[in-house]
This record gives sequence, structure tokens and C-alpha cells, in this order.
Amino acid sequence: MPRRFQVLLIALSFAFVGFFLVWYKVNVLGIPFLPHEKSSVYKVGAEISFEGKNKAVLVSMALPGAQDGIQILSEDVASSGFGYAEAQTENGKRGEWSKRKVVGPQILYYSLEVLIEPGEYNPKPPIESFEQESESLSDLPNTLINTAKNLLDDVRLRSADTHSFAAQLIQDFNAKEPSQAVKILLAQGGEAKLEILYRLLRYRNILVRKVHGLYLESARRNIALTPMLEVYDGKNWQLYDLNKGKVTRDKNFFIWKQGGDSLIDVTGAEKSNIRFSLNERQVPVQYLLDKKELLEKAAILDFSLFSLPVSEQNAYRHILLVPFGALVVVLLRVLVGLRTSGTFMPILIALAFMETTLFAGLIMFIVIVGMGLIIRSYLSSLNLLLVARISAVMIVVIMIMSFMSILSFKLGIKEVLTITFFPMIILAWTIERMSILWEEEGAKEVFIQGGGSLIVAVFAYLVMSHPFVSHMAFNFPELLLVVLAVIIMLGRYSGYRLSELIRFKSLAE
Amino acid sequence: MFANPFKLKKQGILGMNKRNIHYIGGQNDRKYYPLVDNKVKTKVIAENAGIAVPKLLATIERQSQLRKLKDILVGLDKFVVKPAQGSGGKGILVIVEREGDHFIKPNGQRLELRDIHQDISNILSGLYSLGGKPDVAMIEKLVEFDPIFERYSYEGVPDIRVIIYKGYPAMAMLRCSTKESDGKANLHQGAVGVGIDMASGKALFAVQHNSPVTHHPDTGYDFSELEIPHWKKIILLAASCYEVTHLGYLGVDIVLDKNLGPLILELNARPGLAIQIANKTGALKRFDLIDKQSKTLDISDRVAFSINHFGVK
Repeated sequence: MPRRFQVLLIALSFAFVGFFLVWYKVNVLGIPFLPHEKSSVYKVGAEISFEGKNKAVLVSMALPGAQDGIQILSEDVASSGFGYAEAQTENGKRGEWSKRKVVGPQILYYSLEVLIEPGEYNPKPPIESFEQESESLSDLPNTLINTAKNLLDDVRLRSADTHSFAAQLIQDFNAKEPSQAVKILLAQGGEAKLEILYRLLRYRNILVRKVHGLYLESARRNIALTPMLEVYDGKNWQLYDLNKGKVTRDKNFFIWKQGGDSLIDVTGAEKSNIRFSLNERQVPVQYLLDKKELLEKAAILDFSLFSLPVSEQNAYRHILLVPFGALVVVLLRVLVGLRTSGTFMPILIALAFMETTLFAGLIMFIVIVGMGLIIRSYLSSLNLLLVARISAVMIVVIMIMSFMSILSFKLGIKEVLTITFFPMIILAWTIERMSILWEEEGAKEVFIQGGGSLIVAVFAYLVMSHPFVSHMAFNFPELLLVVLAVIIMLGRYSGYRLSELIRFKSLAE
Repeated sequence: MFANPFKLKKQGILGMNKRNIHYIGGQNDRKYYPLVDNKVKTKVIAENAGIAVPKLLATIERQSQLRKLKDILVGLDKFVVKPAQGSGGKGILVIVEREGDHFIKPNGQRLELRDIHQDISNILSGLYSLGGKPDVAMIEKLVEFDPIFERYSYEGVPDIRVIIYKGYPAMAMLRCSTKESDGKANLHQGAVGVGIDMASGKALFAVQHNSPVTHHPDTGYDFSELEIPHWKKIILLAASCYEVTHLGYLGVDIVLDKNLGPLILELNARPGLAIQIANKTGALKRFDLIDKQSKTLDISDRVAFSINHFGVK
């Protein structure tokens, strides 16, 4: 049986290569085999956009420096056609892009991967050479200076030390009903809150720095840097959020820029703008700490998925699970003999379940398909062409989905809002197929195939959402070779299916 | 609840996976599939080879032709509309009578022209074809089935399924429609399958939904009295399909017309496994025996071999 031998040989060699790579990574490179304690790694991206005017362009952006409690893991610059260099200035590093002739809209990307280090946050020791120009507020009219003085005296009475003074002052500026003095200062000072507070504090000879940075929270897009003030009382630096006052846990505040230098300077172009984005992912602590060392040790990791940008890594997190879902489908169809409507529809449903959670997803699927079937049965009496009918069903599906979202939002059921993760084209086709099945073969067949699809989807979901499986799939993508080997072997399985043992039972007696 | 798989193996029961890998995959060359998957093509090659088939009255290939549907149906009171590439009996519409503007189905349901219009429109847009490919609708002469079967069928044409393996008739059954199967001869829809003795054409066993029955559930007639006439002619006709299709594992569906005798209704490159239950025999034993025969025998010798070896003595 040469063909059988071939299949066996291919499958065994795939499985061997897969297992060998896993063994190598675990035993030689020391990548943890089991999921570890996780910590968050944030990808902070800056996106600079501007429009070239057929001139030479120079873009300079302040780059974040090293800071306590937050470790910068890697740095990434993407800018096609632009030269890139880093320059050291008095106030820290700056990234500089340059190009001789720039026409039309351009986008430059700069991104960092940062890790909040485990353990307590220890604020930096004071910078000895820190000297600050004194502030006299002399450019303001006399009346305004007096108002400022009165306000500061008033705040002084309400405070005990430098930090409480700063906190009280910021609170005054944030009060719902600000005092007359604050209103006048904000209205007539002609400057932003940050600048006024900065000057007022300096006027009192308090050591203060302007800081711009980002709160490391869950994924955000299209955000600007949060301005803050950092105040020194002779012992400690303390961060103050201009809107929220004292920042107690300043550990998750990532400082992008300190001091008064501009964030970006763009010469030779117009409409320049900078936006930031944040992305969070969970990574085993142990692995992260060793990552640099590992990369030096093994060239194969340089070709691993870890070398991709974070957003692509996130996509692969899902994509790499699909083969495991496919394995479940193959197992349940070839060995068990479950009938499903559409071969891989269950995987798509399972992927949707991963976003919606299982229970909510099941209910939503049944409700949408059920309502869709009712509406489809009316559409069938309208005598429409197939393409038009499926499009109509799809639109109805979208309407049901949005209606369910609105209704659940009003009722406060949050789970239903994730309904958008259901692939609606698949839902529309499912409804169409099931409705035909209903007309042609009766309700029983609809329940057999619909139920079969859901059972397979639930099994696929259970496998794909298992933390161990997702850990293995992402950290050891070479396991795909093993999955491939198993699927190839199953493809030549010519034994009975479990369902046939029931079907042919009468023949065995 | 479960049968012992080793017992099944000993009985030579063919399972779905083995059928797919060794019989459909191993014996049927994909390039010949269109000949059987497209019923218009099947009809053409069968007619050319002198094999009897129900007469094709018209084909409708484009939606625009539907405007002339009324003219096409002029003078036709008994006809069948079916998709050329359909499977599992989907999209088949049987009209047995015409009363003014109404078309009457075997179950007495009255259809209007627009219902037929809708069915054909669905066929053309590929609703019933494999993979949703645009299809062609065929209008065929209704087989006036031999009254011998009237007792064993409810509102439909009972057909005889013969499995032809490498040109040898390997197994046969009669598929009788029931009320439950809506006049269709598909076993999984509730039709009764009756295993047929290869030598005599007499009924062996009858099953509905995989469990044995002795009488037709709707007409109440005893299956043991059933004997198919023209039996030898039927299996000869079935075996002759091997030469035109080149398919080693072939299901041939035959109907008996009152006037014309046995006609090939359709061919199937992926015949199902229920026939084993109706015959209470595993197909593998017979297939293995056929595998040992020389390949050069002609049709009548092959049929004689099957009668000798697979008939009940």
C-alpha cells in the first residue's frame, strides 16, 4: 500500500519535527511549557501625520527615556522613505525623521513595548543639579498678579506642605464651581491650565516640571498625551494630574516627555498631528524577563511570531487557534459522524463564542437563527431570486442584531453588545440553508444539523478557549505540524464512525 | 446501544469513511463525475449508448426563459421538474395532473404557475446544486409507473437502486415512498428500503428508519409478496451503465414504466450505505469477491456472475 505508507511517512515526519521543535524550545531554550503567571505588556504607538508641500521635511519628536518601575522592552520605527536618527538633547532623546522632498499626506509610526515591572514603585531620587528659573508673573497686568497672589495665599492657608499646597491649588482649578480668582486667571491669563499652574507653582518657588505621558490602561486608540505636573518637595517627586489631582499610583503612568520642549516639531510640512494608541496583552512574566537573553541564544526565535508587531501577534493569537477548531471538526465528523450544516461554520461560530462567552453566544445564536427562520419563511412566499433573498436575510440579521443590542443596552445586559462578533454573512447563509432544509426535509433534519453544528461549535469553543491550548498554540506554533499530522492521519481513517455503530446495529446481531 | 465494530467488520459492513476513501476516492475518477452529476449529460450519454431513459421534454437554462414558461408547459399534464445537478431529491417537483390553471402534485396539492415558476427560478440560481452553482432545470416526462408497485408506494415512483461495483451488480433494493417521505424515495426522509434478491428480484427484507418493517406503513401491503418483474433486464440495464460512466462504484436508479419497461432515472457516483441494512448484508464481502474477478468479462457474464454468487439460494 504505497499511498498509505506515504501518508503515514508524511504524518510521522510532521509530528516528529513538531514535537522536536517543542522539545528544543522547552528543554534547550527554557520556554515554559505550562502557562505561567502573566503580566501586562503594553504597546504604545505614536502616529505622526502631516502633509508634505514638495519641500524637505524634518520631523523631530521627543522620545521617552528610561523610567523607574516601567521597563522599555523594545522600540520600533516604521517610516517608509524617511531617514531616521536619534539625537540626544539636554531634555532627553529625540527621534528625527528627514526626507528631501515630501509630497502629499504622510504617516510616521513609532512604537514601544513596555512592561510594568513587578514589585513596589520607588520614586526617583532628586536630581541634584535641578535648577529652576524663578517666575515673576511680570508679563501679567497688576490686577491679575494681585488676584494670583491672593489665590496662592488662600491656598497656602489651607495647606500644610508643598505637596498639599500643589494638590489644593489643582483642586481649586478643577472645582465644579471655581472661585472668582480661578475664573479670572483662566479667562484672562490667556493660557492653558497647565501653563498657569506651572507658573503659579514656580512663582511660589516650588520645584515643578511639566510632564506628558499616558496612563497604561486597556487598549485605546487615537488619544493625546495627558499633561501632568511633577512637584518636588525636597524629598520626593509627586505627579499631579491636571484634572484628577494627585496621582497616587503613578506606576502605570508612562512618561513620554519631561520638561518644556515641544512634543513634535515639523518643518517643511503642514497639518502635522500626533496621536497615540495603546494595546495590552498578557505575557508570562518569566518568559518576558528572559526574552532578551533568549533572542541572543537562539536564532529560530528571531523567526518566531514574537518578532512581529503586537497587533499582528494579537491576530495570530486567534488564527493559530483555528487549526485546533478544525481538528475538533475533523474528529467529530470522521470519528463520531456528527452532521453539521456547512463544514467549517462551527469554527466560525466558536470564534464568535470566544468573544461573546459561551452561554450568551449560544442564546444569541439560537435567537438570531430562530427569528431569521421565521422571517425567511415569509420571504420565501415573496418569490425572490436567490441572491436577493440571501441579501434580504442578511439585512434582517443585521436589524435583529442591532435591535438586540439596543434592547439589551437599555436593559443593562452587557453580554449582548458583543453580538457584533457573529459573522453575519455566515448567519444569513445558515438561515437560508436551514430554511431550505426545513422545507425539503422537515424540521427534524434542521434540528439534527443545527444541533450538530452547535455541538461541534461548543466543543471547538471549549478546546480553543482553553488557556493551555491557547498557550501552546501561540508559544509553540510548530504544534501546527502535529495537528496537521493528526488531520492527515484522520483523513485516511477508514474505520467505522461512532454513529455507524448505532446505524448498523441491526446488522451485527 | 452501540454495535461491536469488530462484529461489523466481520460482517463486511461498509462504513462511510471507507466508502469515501476506498470506493468513491479509489474507484471513481473525478473527471467522470460531471457525467453523472449533471442529469442532462447523463441522459445524452445514456441515449447514445442505447440505454432507456425517461424522455426529456424541455430544459430551461436562463431566468429569461421563464417568461415563456406557460408556453413551454402547453400540452404537458404529467411532468417532472428537476435540477440537472441536484442531489438527494432536492428541488424535484412532480405534476401528475392539470386542472385549468392549476397543477396538481401527487399528494393532491394544487399549485399555480407561479409556484412552478419559483421552483425553476430556485433551480436556476443554484439553490439545489452542489456548491450553489447556477444550474439548469429539466422538464421530464412523468414515468407512468407500473401498477405492480402501486401497492407499495405512497404518492410517488418507487425506484430500484442497484449498486454496480466494477460493472458487476453488487446489491439492489427497492425504495418505496411513504407519507412520511412526502412521496420521495429517500430513505433518510422516511422511505422504506426493500432489499432485493439478486437472482430472483424477490423482496428479502424491508427497513424504514434503519428498523425492520414487514408491511408498507401507508398501504399496509406485505413486502414479502413483492417480486420485481423484468428483473434480469433491470440488472442488465444497470450493469451496462458501467461502460458509459467508467465509474467503479456506481449507484443506478431505475424505474419501471408501464409501457416502456425499465428506465434509468439517474446515476449516482456517491451511493449511500443504507442498502446494506435493507439487504442485511455487508457490501464488502461482495466487493472483495468482485475484486478477485478478471476485468474482461462482458455485461451478460458479469450479471450471470452476480446472480450466481449474490443470489439467495
